[in-house]
Amino acid sequence: MRVLTVKGVRIDDTFAEAFGMRATALIITADTARWARQAALNMTGFATSVIGCGCEAGIDCELTAKQTPDGRPGVRVLLFAVSTAELQKQLQSRVGQSVLTSPGSACYAGIEGEEALRLGNGLRYFGDGWQISKRFGAKHFWRIPVMDGEFVCEATTGLTKKAVGGGNLLILGRTSKTTRAAAEAAAAAIAKVPDVIAPFPGGIVRSGSKVGSKYKGAPASTNDAYCPTLRGVVKTSLDADTGAALEIVIDGLTSDAVAAAMRAGIAAIIKLGPKRGATRISAGNYGGKLGPHHYHLRDLVP
Amino acid sequence: MKPLTFTLRQRPAERLDLSPLVPHLLAGKTAAQIERIELQTTRVRVDVGEIFRVRVGDAEQIRIEDACDRFDHVGQAMTGGDIVVDGDVGIQAGRLMAGGRLTLRGNAGPWAAAGIKAGVIEILGAAGDRLGGPLAGEMAGMRGGVVVVRGSAGERAGDRMRRGTIIIEGEAGAHAGSRMIAGTLVVGQKAGPLPGFLMKRGTIVLGAGCSAMSPTFVDCGQHDLLAMRLLAGLIDPYSRHAAALLRRRLQRFAGDMAVLGKGEIFIGNRN
Repeated sequence: MRVLTVKGVRIDDTFAEAFGMRATALIITADTARWARQAALNMTGFATSVIGCGCEAGIDCELTAKQTPDGRPGVRVLLFAVSTAELQKQLQSRVGQSVLTSPGSACYAGIEGEEALRLGNGLRYFGDGWQISKRFGAKHFWRIPVMDGEFVCEATTGLTKKAVGGGNLLILGRTSKTTRAAAEAAAAAIAKVPDVIAPFPGGIVRSGSKVGSKYKGAPASTNDAYCPTLRGVVKTSLDADTGAALEIVIDGLTSDAVAAAMRAGIAAIIKLGPKRGATRISAGNYGGKLGPHHYHLRDLVP
Repeated sequence: MKPLTFTLRQRPAERLDLSPLVPHLLAGKTAAQIERIELQTTRVRVDVGEIFRVRVGDAEQIRIEDACDRFDHVGQAMTGGDIVVDGDVGIQAGRLMAGGRLTLRGNAGPWAAAGIKAGVIEILGAAGDRLGGPLAGEMAGMRGGVVVVRGSAGERAGDRMRRGTIIIEGEAGAHAGSRMIAGTLVVGQKAGPLPGFLMKRGTIVLGAGCSAMSPTFVDCGQHDLLAMRLLAGLIDPYSRHAAALLRRRLQRFAGDMAVLGKGEIFIGNRN
């Protein structure tokens, strides 16, 4: 494999392979930024991977009072799933359990899509007949009486079928500490890119997986080629000086957004340099046959 | 392009039906064709050309100058475009409107905006009785759109309203929002007796209370509801005055308990 080196960081001549997904966005507001964030964190908790969680979700950005429909501080949340039906199911249960329940919250559509997903149109039944529908022009809201007043929720939100899931960066370094520092820098840079999320804890995943397992019924298992303790035992992808590897998985509302996020992540890792951060950047793929979206690292180097 | 303008030659001897003078019915017509359109409501034939001087222009923008209260059905069932009327109009202005914008720079008679489905009607003067309301035998009144009255409105404004928003910046007569099915009615000043009489659902906001409240409304206490602030943001482009009212802390009354009881009256200032 040809290797490109930028400021001491080696960049593999490979690509990240990503898949088409269904996605939606929400704006969650509350009386304070703290409570808007709290509702969003609960709603997007346990949403790291579609395999085990049904969806992948995260906070896209925080919004000031001037940027939200009701003039209160808010948060924009993105939700990704493999099918419209699953996305609808996850949206309904997550907003119902985590946003409806959060003090002073309200919930609005965060995207205009080609199709609509039920938001308040499903949650309104919690009102037990006391729910109130309010329309103004094309806007439709539900008011559901709750113990601190009313939960205001837009009737529907948009759905996009152009979303991309599974953009990724593999970050390799000499020690777990320096590798984590590089991954943190990349995750912080990616968090600033609009229309993308990194759904794993803090944006970073340490248990990258490969397809398949020696055990029946397990669809995925540990990515042994990147486990430093197995170097020498299995066919490794690690260099002699690699002590740890971390991955950042990126989901975006568009393919361009995913590319922009990967570009920002790579730039942040290179800026930190090989001494304090990572010595090498790679990406995960399945040989290019499974996913329609390919992001070649050499095209994304600053 | 200049607007298509109708200027009154002389006050008509009878009431006129101006429902043919809407953008979608005038599009592509020549001045001669427009002048031959009949407007009479009696057996005496009256053509547009006898009543108005017609200046051809864009049929999407219609101007009616020196209007009088014998002009009925102005802007009826219009689907788009823009009609501006200088002067007063008669009954059922903007009835069954489905889109566009109707501006009345004067007073409107009874049943203005009757059964409007979409679009915007602005009345700079006062509106007569049964603003937005249904005609005899109709099940529902206003079904959508926005009606703004800068002056006051007569009795039963928003009668049997089903959806949409009425904003009356002045006072409202007796039984404002009577038999409302749903929708929103905002009255900037004081309302007459028994607002929300037999309302099932819907929202009435009264800036300065009413002369008598029905005993079938129950007090729910003072609230500062997010939904009202959200609505304030949406109606602000139509009426700053009404938006400011919705941002105030409001006393909520639920009713009418004589019927379904899922309606609400908010009062800004209790007198």
